[in-house]
Amino acid sequence: MIKKTLFDKIWDSHVVKKIENGPDVLFIDRHLIHEVTSPVAFLGLKNRRLNVMYPNLTFATADHNTPTINQHLPIKDPLSAKQLRTLKYNTNKHDIVFWGLGHKNNGIVHVIGPESGITLPGTTIVCGDSHTSTHGAFGAVAFGIGTSEVEMVLSTQCIMQPKPKSMRININGKLRDSVTPKDVALFIISKLSTSGATGYFVEYSGNIFSEMSMEGRMTVCNLSIEMGARGGLISPDNKTIEYVKNREYTPKGENLSKAIEYWSKLYTDEGAVFDKEYNFNSSEIEPMVTFGTNPGMGIRISGKIPEIDFKKDSSSSYLKSLRYMGYKIGDKMIGKKVDYVFLGSCTNGRIEDFRTFSKITKGFKKADNVTAWLVPGSHRVLNKIRSEGILEDLEASGFKVREPGCSACLAMNEDKIPAGKYVVSTSNRNFEGRQGPGARTILASPAVAAAAAITGEITDPRNL
Amino acid sequence: MPYEKFTILESSGVPLEIENVDTDQIIPARFLKATERKDFDKNLFRDWRYNQQNKLVKDFVLNDRKYSGKILVAGKNFGSGSSREHAVWAIYDYGFRCVISSFFADIFKNNCLNIGVLPVQISAQFLQLIFDSIKNKPKIKLKVNLVEQEVSIFGIPQKEKFEINPYKKGNMINGYDDIDYLLSMKSEIKNFANKRPF
Repeated sequence: MIKKTLFDKIWDSHVVKKIENGPDVLFIDRHLIHEVTSPVAFLGLKNRRLNVMYPNLTFATADHNTPTINQHLPIKDPLSAKQLRTLKYNTNKHDIVFWGLGHKNNGIVHVIGPESGITLPGTTIVCGDSHTSTHGAFGAVAFGIGTSEVEMVLSTQCIMQPKPKSMRININGKLRDSVTPKDVALFIISKLSTSGATGYFVEYSGNIFSEMSMEGRMTVCNLSIEMGARGGLISPDNKTIEYVKNREYTPKGENLSKAIEYWSKLYTDEGAVFDKEYNFNSSEIEPMVTFGTNPGMGIRISGKIPEIDFKKDSSSSYLKSLRYMGYKIGDKMIGKKVDYVFLGSCTNGRIEDFRTFSKITKGFKKADNVTAWLVPGSHRVLNKIRSEGILEDLEASGFKVREPGCSACLAMNEDKIPAGKYVVSTSNRNFEGRQGPGARTILASPAVAAAAAITGEITDPRNL
Repeated sequence: MPYEKFTILESSGVPLEIENVDTDQIIPARFLKATERKDFDKNLFRDWRYNQQNKLVKDFVLNDRKYSGKILVAGKNFGSGSSREHAVWAIYDYGFRCVISSFFADIFKNNCLNIGVLPVQISAQFLQLIFDSIKNKPKIKLKVNLVEQEVSIFGIPQKEKFEINPYKKGNMINGYDDIDYLLSMKSEIKNFANKRPF
């Protein structure tokens, strides 16, 4: 029998047709859409006079371009308001489920998919957003697509893709104190660089990942795209099934039993061969921070900004990046000034992230020089923050919690970090201007963000 | 959306000698609010073309009159980050039909092929030769031959072949897109969908 990887099993079972010397026609089980990358796709349908082929397989939310305060009031920016109106109109016209602002299921697309049971093991999931890789945490083949492809999925429920190569990253052992899934991911990206996994689909394997919560696995898979991979995935296990069970869109009764039987076969066969394989030592991983303008420029928090590695970068690109950040080679990261802290995004905007953050800040006060934006990933997360008493703890420390959305992760709404200011951010990208024109981003875990929010500078959470 | 067919392109190139250019640089998120494909070219490389006071940055390559043409030549790992197709719309609508680099990010490359921008991946050495040639002679012509899958520089003997998926090559040459193909196999898709468990 042919030994197959987890990825092969899912991909191969979704190929409608193989085109000779061309891509595969891949069937899509779940399609998630939002206000920013869908309007031109719907316009394409209109121009070609096409309908949505399977409206029940597409789900819409408003998240990228929405305010995170006073969501009940009309949106001030006319362009943003129009974008939301357009999504409402399009979903209504084509009979697609839409969870707009204020709806109980509303939130960041990659947070609400799993919460609602849309995300299931063994499925193919796409969305016009690169962090669709998040859903791989459930053992799904999930990846970001462009707007032309959104139009393809709407009109035919398929896209055309060459099958990516396969990679496995193995980490076994025990994680050190205060090392979170975010640190594991930033560590891997710092080793592979932002293009190290381009052209590959990554399976994460080893007890480090199997012992992670579903939230932690989502953080790791979310960041797969930051090393260039189209997606990442983890074999489903009991934890996955426990998470998925009893959610709104999860199969019920006999269908669930059948599904579980199928899901239990979703693992990489022993002896299956990957195109590339990496092994890392868990004891090498420490709390991480980035110092440059791409997610591959990460170091352990106690480290110094390294010399140029010519295997990775040219000196001009590396120095341009440090100039933008206002840093020099040899600088220590500990003690660097922090002006803003952002807790949120599809990377770290889940309940576990708020628990981690508030556990550290409890009993301390927010530093006066820090502006903190705490943005839950969804209404469900916000409700849990309230019901678990986290909100009270955070407020006692001087923090406020905003309403759900993508917020300062991409700064499409008014949540922009001002030019020149430093932000410790739990999001996914430290690109120039990503969090506002001229903003300087240091990517880190919720634990490191919490420590920075208290002290007003980069601080090792273990030393508080 | 229909695009101009691509066979052979002869043009000077604009040298963007920077690595890891992500799609947030190509078009920042704050310019993604449109509901139709219009005016994205105006904000191509917005924060590199204009400073924070909205003044032109004179030495940025797109503002430098020495350079012009339909080919953007860029450092390795071009187009990383966000999947926004708006980045490729901005590039196409600005007038570029081809991007040459030694490495492309995956989703960006797909988006290019879907809307008629040819991504040409060549060796780091040949890329450097193109950068150096443009620096010496800014209006030097490059020739991108999709039919032969070959890039050359006028007046310089070196040439290089590049790879492209034969199906995508056919699409670019004929100006087709994938939707036409997928629509033609709708009944096959329906049969397949009927067998899916959930």
